[in-house]
Amino acid sequence: MAKTWKEWMKPLLELEELIEKLRAAAAKETDPVEHERLEAKVHDFERRRDAVLNVMITRMGPWEEVLMARAEPRPYTLDYVDAMFTEFTELAGDRRVGDDKAVVGGPARLDERPVMVLGHQKGRNLQERTFRNFAMCKPEGYRKAIRLFEMAERFRMPVVTFVDTPAADPGVESESRGISEAIADSMRVMFSLTVPVVSVVIGEGGSGGAIGIAAANEVLMQEHAIYSVIPPEGCAAILWRDPAKGPQAAAALRLTARSAGELGLVDRVLPEPFGGAHRDPVEAADTVKRAVLESLAALDRMGPNEVKRHRYDRFRRMGVYETV
Amino acid sequence: MSMGQSPTPGRFVQCANCRKTLFLAEFLRDLKVCGHCGHHHRLTWQERVEATFDPGTFEETDTGLRSVDPLEFPEYREKHVAAMAKTGMADSVVGGRARIEGRRVSVAVADFHFMGGSMGSVAGEKVTRALERGCDELMPVVAFCASGGARMQEGLLSLMQMAKTTAAVERCRSEGVPFIAVFTDPTMAGVLASYASVADVILAEPRALVGFAGARVSKQAQVVKAPDDFQTAEFCLRAGMVDAIVHRRELRDHLGRLVGALGAHLAPKEALVG
Repeated sequence: MAKTWKEWMKPLLELEELIEKLRAAAAKETDPVEHERLEAKVHDFERRRDAVLNVMITRMGPWEEVLMARAEPRPYTLDYVDAMFTEFTELAGDRRVGDDKAVVGGPARLDERPVMVLGHQKGRNLQERTFRNFAMCKPEGYRKAIRLFEMAERFRMPVVTFVDTPAADPGVESESRGISEAIADSMRVMFSLTVPVVSVVIGEGGSGGAIGIAAANEVLMQEHAIYSVIPPEGCAAILWRDPAKGPQAAAALRLTARSAGELGLVDRVLPEPFGGAHRDPVEAADTVKRAVLESLAALDRMGPNEVKRHRYDRFRRMGVYETV
Repeated sequence: MSMGQSPTPGRFVQCANCRKTLFLAEFLRDLKVCGHCGHHHRLTWQERVEATFDPGTFEETDTGLRSVDPLEFPEYREKHVAAMAKTGMADSVVGGRARIEGRRVSVAVADFHFMGGSMGSVAGEKVTRALERGCDELMPVVAFCASGGARMQEGLLSLMQMAKTTAAVERCRSEGVPFIAVFTDPTMAGVLASYASVADVILAEPRALVGFAGARVSKQAQVVKAPDDFQTAEFCLRAGMVDAIVHRRELRDHLGRLVGALGAHLAPKEALVG
């Protein structure tokens, strides 16, 4: 099985590269007959590409969903912030030890309405990924989040968070500055808020790192996002002492959006453009925006204490067990 | 007991840390702390209850909660049945009411011997109920943690227990109900990164393993060189993440004083309610 999105998508990416080359050749071609011939070839290959994509997408299993959720061209938090909000003003720092670039946030406007936006931020190339620490937050990331949550509460702004992290940073520095406490405290502060909170899982919902900013009134999840208690490779390493058995673990963990929806752990699964959000980022952002507005409209009908109570009750119900 | 082979079964045991031979009677009287090296061996939940609460005051609650296998996860049923047979427990956490130095407390006690103390739906529910019971009945809450983290076999449901239990801690905070957590060996991952770390006061047993990422996960994440006592109670104390490291024999006294001081304001309220 493919290890990465690129490897899995290789046949499609090769076709698209070929189509680009043919299209460029057609544009340069001056002879009308030859131009026509190249154009026809482009159309032919486009049909072939659509067929290939169709097969790949309709046959996606849990492991392909993992690869898609991690896909490099997938829109990241700042892409959604750009597309959905205006006047975003980034705020930095936890006022204690530093600024965590793995999480970005600040006030913005959602159709004129002031909101606090926050999310994990991935990078698109090696340099960016290193700068963003692969979207793995350190304690200062969660403490920056807490700062913004508390600010939102003071100024009566709804909170919108975007979840897209493989996990919280597991390094020595993070341990010594209390990564566990930072995650737990971020959740705790979210439960104290009387302003509405909506979270959207847009890529990888990676265990504690994800839930640390997802204790929301409503949790939305994109069709090709994943949400899991442990990365499938980590699960395979523990269960079968073999990280290569990630695909088996992905199936066992039920980490797809559809499963999360069926288990009642996310409120809505948001459809993506066919083939993934990156194939039409404008449409993807439009769908997310409409869903967030609908969630906020429903929460707006509640009073402050009711909003807090609603969030408590939402999570209080979670768990499947029998009583004998 | 599961701490090494004893040369004469029944009369002697061997310390899991220093390998010295100990008289079983002495070992039990010392609450399973090695008389030579001070190693704190893991306790079952019953031993913990006996070592901590006033004799005869522990009353178990929520005994009817049973795990199911909501994801039909490979081998989960078999492992769960085997854990029940091995421990006699229904799941990894036991909840209840008890008294410490005469003071009422709501308690949750985790037992590592049951599937590594992992937190799935039942453990999360019992911890949440223990915290809510503290609010409803105006008594401090004491939780003994002993867990490798969230229970993988219940997938995302286990992750949600982190949020659920943490929400209950926030409720305790807003209602002025003290919550004291005791980190015993081990307190890891999903349990550490949820209700355990947001307790008002955190005590830890000496040399307990306390950390976010498990060793095998860490190795995959290529963690840089760590100090010798990395992910121990001592490391956490130095980092400011726990309030004190307390010898097992002093825990009851320590908890009694904290419960008395932090929970004193609840007594008049209780009188009003009663």
